[in-house]
Amino acid sequence: MIPGSFEYHRPSSVQEALGLLAKWGDDGRAIAGGHSLIPMMKLRLAKPAHLVDLRDIADLKGIRADGNDIVIGAMTTQYELIGSNLLVSKIPILRETSLQVADPQVRYVGTLGGNVANGDPGNDMPAVMMCLGATYHVMGKAGERRVAAREFYQGAYFTALEAGDLLTAVRIPMPPAGHGYAYEKLKRKIGDYATAAAAVVLTMSGGKVASCSIGLTNVAETPLWAEEAAKILNGSSLDAATVKRAVAAAEAITAPAADARGPAAYRTKMAGVMLTRALARAKSKAHG
Amino acid sequence: MNDMTPTAAERAAKLEGLGCKRKRVEDIRFVQGKGNYVDDLKLPGMLYGDLVRSPHGHARITRLDTTKAAAVPGVVAVLTADVLKTVNLAWMPTLAGDVQMVLADGKVLFQNQEVAFVVAESREAAADAVELVEVEYEPLPVNVDPLKAMAPNAPVIREDIKDKTDGAHGKRKHYNHVFSWQAGDKAAADAAFEKADVKIREFIVYPRVHPCPLETCQCVASFDKIEGELTLWGTFQAPHVIRTVGSLISKIPEHKIHVIAPDIGGGFGNKVGAYSGYICAIVASIVTGRPVKWTEDRIENLSTTAFARDFHMDVEIACTKDGKVTGLRCYTIADHGAFDACANATKWPAGLFSIISGSYDFPAAYCLVDGVYTNKAPGGVAYRCSFRVTEAAYCIERAMDIMAQKLGMDPAEFRMKNLIRREQFPYTSAFGWQYDSGDYQTALKKAMEATNYTKLRDEQKAKREAFKRGETRELMGIGVAFFTEIVGAGPSRACDILGIAMFDSAEIRIHPTGSGICRLGTKSQGQGHETTYAQIIATELGLPADNITVEEGNTDTAPYGLGTYGSRSTPVSGAATAMACRKIKAKAQMIAAYMLEVHDDDLEWDVDRFRVKGNPERSKTMTELAWAAYHEVPPGMEPGLEAINYYDPPNFTFPYGAYICVVDIDVDTGMAKVRRFFALDDCGTRINPMIIEGQIHGGLTEAFGIAMGQEIHYDPDGNVTTASFMDYFLPTAVETPHWETDWTEVPSPHHPIGAKGVGESPNVGGVPCFSNAVNDAFSFLGSTHIQMPHDHWRVWTAAENLGLHQ
Ligand SMILES: Cc1cc2nc3c(=O)[nH]c(=O)nc-3n(C[C@H](O)[C@H](O)[C@H](O)COP(=O)(O)OP(=O)(O)OC[C@H]3O[C@@H](n4cnc5c(N)ncnc54)[C@H](O)[C@@H]3O)c2cc1C
Repeated sequence: MIPGSFEYHRPSSVQEALGLLAKWGDDGRAIAGGHSLIPMMKLRLAKPAHLVDLRDIADLKGIRADGNDIVIGAMTTQYELIGSNLLVSKIPILRETSLQVADPQVRYVGTLGGNVANGDPGNDMPAVMMCLGATYHVMGKAGERRVAAREFYQGAYFTALEAGDLLTAVRIPMPPAGHGYAYEKLKRKIGDYATAAAAVVLTMSGGKVASCSIGLTNVAETPLWAEEAAKILNGSSLDAATVKRAVAAAEAITAPAADARGPAAYRTKMAGVMLTRALARAKSKAHG
Repeated sequence: MNDMTPTAAERAAKLEGLGCKRKRVEDIRFVQGKGNYVDDLKLPGMLYGDLVRSPHGHARITRLDTTKAAAVPGVVAVLTADVLKTVNLAWMPTLAGDVQMVLADGKVLFQNQEVAFVVAESREAAADAVELVEVEYEPLPVNVDPLKAMAPNAPVIREDIKDKTDGAHGKRKHYNHVFSWQAGDKAAADAAFEKADVKIREFIVYPRVHPCPLETCQCVASFDKIEGELTLWGTFQAPHVIRTVGSLISKIPEHKIHVIAPDIGGGFGNKVGAYSGYICAIVASIVTGRPVKWTEDRIENLSTTAFARDFHMDVEIACTKDGKVTGLRCYTIADHGAFDACANATKWPAGLFSIISGSYDFPAAYCLVDGVYTNKAPGGVAYRCSFRVTEAAYCIERAMDIMAQKLGMDPAEFRMKNLIRREQFPYTSAFGWQYDSGDYQTALKKAMEATNYTKLRDEQKAKREAFKRGETRELMGIGVAFFTEIVGAGPSRACDILGIAMFDSAEIRIHPTGSGICRLGTKSQGQGHETTYAQIIATELGLPADNITVEEGNTDTAPYGLGTYGSRSTPVSGAATAMACRKIKAKAQMIAAYMLEVHDDDLEWDVDRFRVKGNPERSKTMTELAWAAYHEVPPGMEPGLEAINYYDPPNFTFPYGAYICVVDIDVDTGMAKVRRFFALDDCGTRINPMIIEGQIHGGLTEAFGIAMGQEIHYDPDGNVTTASFMDYFLPTAVETPHWETDWTEVPSPHHPIGAKGVGESPNVGGVPCFSNAVNDAFSFLGSTHIQMPHDHWRVWTAAENLGLHQ
């Protein structure tokens, strides 16, 4: 439980950080809150020779509205997401989700950027970002590019980030006023990753689903966007039979690993149960 | 007496003696982070040891090369089995009469087994070098299933004793067999089953779990080459045993070994045994001439030092049709892992498992236990229970529920009918134990009233109806458990460890000004000994508890004792403390008589003083007598005021309790939520009610963890998959239910102050209570037994198997 030796750097600007990461290549690694990276270093599953700490970079902080979007700096902590009035009024699912991430101690230092960049299917934010249709701002050698969350995740710990890239911000389109939302997470205890979790954002019109988006956590190598399931629900009143069909479609795209949380078949079923519950709760919150 | 003289009650209250909710004195340093743990110890020139461990569950070592590791800057030495052989320490004896590899000798027998020990100037350098020790393994077939251990072609776990037909406990039936141990009367039990109206039989598994104290095992060994003396600081629940065993193993004379156990952050049985890390640190210190610290990390703790349970029990009960139990049989396979390193009294390879007839009046009973070797870590310690008592209590309490279900009787009513009755005490069980005291029916009745038991059953009935109608997806379960423990090991005629009788000791010195020090052979790991022993002395001697220092853990100063585990501190050392006090008091009485110029018999004790019968004005307080003991003792009397007592208890003590639990189960996720938990305990005389409550809360929380989520799990390849708190369920304050506690107080008749021990009751009684509650939720659907742990997926699977997800 003792990491290998490394050098520690603390740049104060994005450019400086990018320079350091470029210099050290595969031997360098960005560190944000450290609450995913440090445990891996202690197990020596990660052995970066140079750690580039992002905490002093003011540009990576803050939550602001930008037209119809909200832009959240990568170094914003999960604790800060919980306390933001702007988010509570515009994208309340982020507060609801943050409160289910890890435990208070982890949330004080764990960042949104680290959570979405990490690439662990157990992280909660990625599925929520896919559900919300978020875009990640990525700075690399060739300047800034934007990658949709739905395109970002390629495998466990394998994302669209390339060596030396920094994720600087997360841009989220504000869901329409009156939308319903829910993040349902089954876990064994506080601080546990999900056995399965489901994020739902939907709008209702005249008792029918006008739009719907679904994300699933920790039931495959990557977070999942359950596009087909959402399609099935569109236009429905969320009647039991349609929900059942949609849940089956969502379950069909899962491929969880068996672990101490249960065998694969169980975790698939739990994805379905979480989705069913998230849909019911989202519906009850939606106006229109 | 004038109005200003405090009354007897006021004087007694000031002492903070028996029955006082005295605040824990040790907490003053603990809550300020000022405890003194092994890892706080830093000695000049100290080196750090770290272990290379096996990635395989079973493999032959074909090459072991330490050259690269030894070349890492800062590395001072690398020990392997070959190095240890030069000092005859590649293997060590276990407390259970087996032998165990200190470092892998030719092969590894379980994952994370110790293979080499790197010693370096810093922990970091040691950790770097561990990675560079080159080991080549040739994997061997693995067996982690105890039920397959004695199959004809099972992999040979222990090549060293493959052909030995005699083990430490008699004949061996198979090369993977450790021992057979039986108790009770087989013929009588068989006869009861032949005549029985109703019988049940169930296969009940108590999974492998781990005590996981927050502080892991660690030590610092410092060998003084000039004096030839070894000082060993460590997380030892039984420091004197470590000294004796250390001397026997190392051949260093026992008076040249100094064992010191400083503050310990929880033990629960994990810190009784002797581990490879200790031996390696000692050898490394001898080799290097410098102090060596070994610190276990969490993964090492969970996967290598001292698991508990892993009992696989095939149990049967025979009964009359009107619900009177007539017979009990149990056949158990005990998985001991690769070496039999369980910490039991030596004559009892299956511990006190024959307490399995529980709190019930079984006329006939028989049990047989077979211990087996598998490719799992060694251990089998008494995790917060007297040796194997938890396994027994779980088995009988589950089986009683299953029988009640078959009879169509309420489980509480069925227990009430079969509990040993008050007038039957002292009661000799079918296994021969003499239960000293108890009033079981009163305890169960009180618990049922407090929880409004009949109303709970009515509510459950209504909920079951609603469930059947499809109005709810929740099932309600009510768990009842009544347990009897057997603790305070123990009477020397029954218990010894490697031949050393399991007595314990207290040595008390009263200083001239009326304060004093008490040293004991036990060792607190958080139980609050510094507080409670002083309370016993306060009441016995009439000196304020605050005036007494309690000291444990230093083998140079403490009298010999067998340590703290199995709820034995209060029953044994607590008794020794009272007895030592009584010697002191007798001497003080003689001094008082001399000073007051009366005969000894003309004095009577009054809270904190001796007074002349019929003339209470004439008295001498204990404080005055302490002064006199060093100043004006009667002619011919030795000065001073001190005493020592080695207490060999005449019997065990038998704490008991009635627990009731209510759970609500979400059938669709398998999540069982504990709505209510009520624990009534009888631990005899209550020394400190607040500490008792704390012990109950802690033990119930552990029981909750065990029942609802814990298992040290091995996959078929021998990989341990639950070696961190990410995977091994350790409940936090958030998951932990609210505890309601209550008590009755039936003192132990043979204990000097009537105390019976309490630390382990909640773990022993809690596990069956939770499990019974979960099982009860499904019983109306015909389910008899669902194996622990009752975590989400297993409960969900039970519901699935009952067709509840259609
Ligand atoms: C006990 C415990 C329980 C937890 N439970 C949960 C849980 O339930 N749900 C959950 O979602 N998470 C959980 N976590 C993880 C936690 O939320 C982490 O904080 C989070 O996953 C990573 O954020 P971080 O800021 O700590 O990132 P770090 O650990 O610093 O970094 C994680 C990875 O992302 C990279 N990275 C970080 N920031 C950037 C960036 N701006 N650009 C490019 N790469 C970057 C790092 O190089 C590293 O590879 C838990 C952690 C712990 C210790």
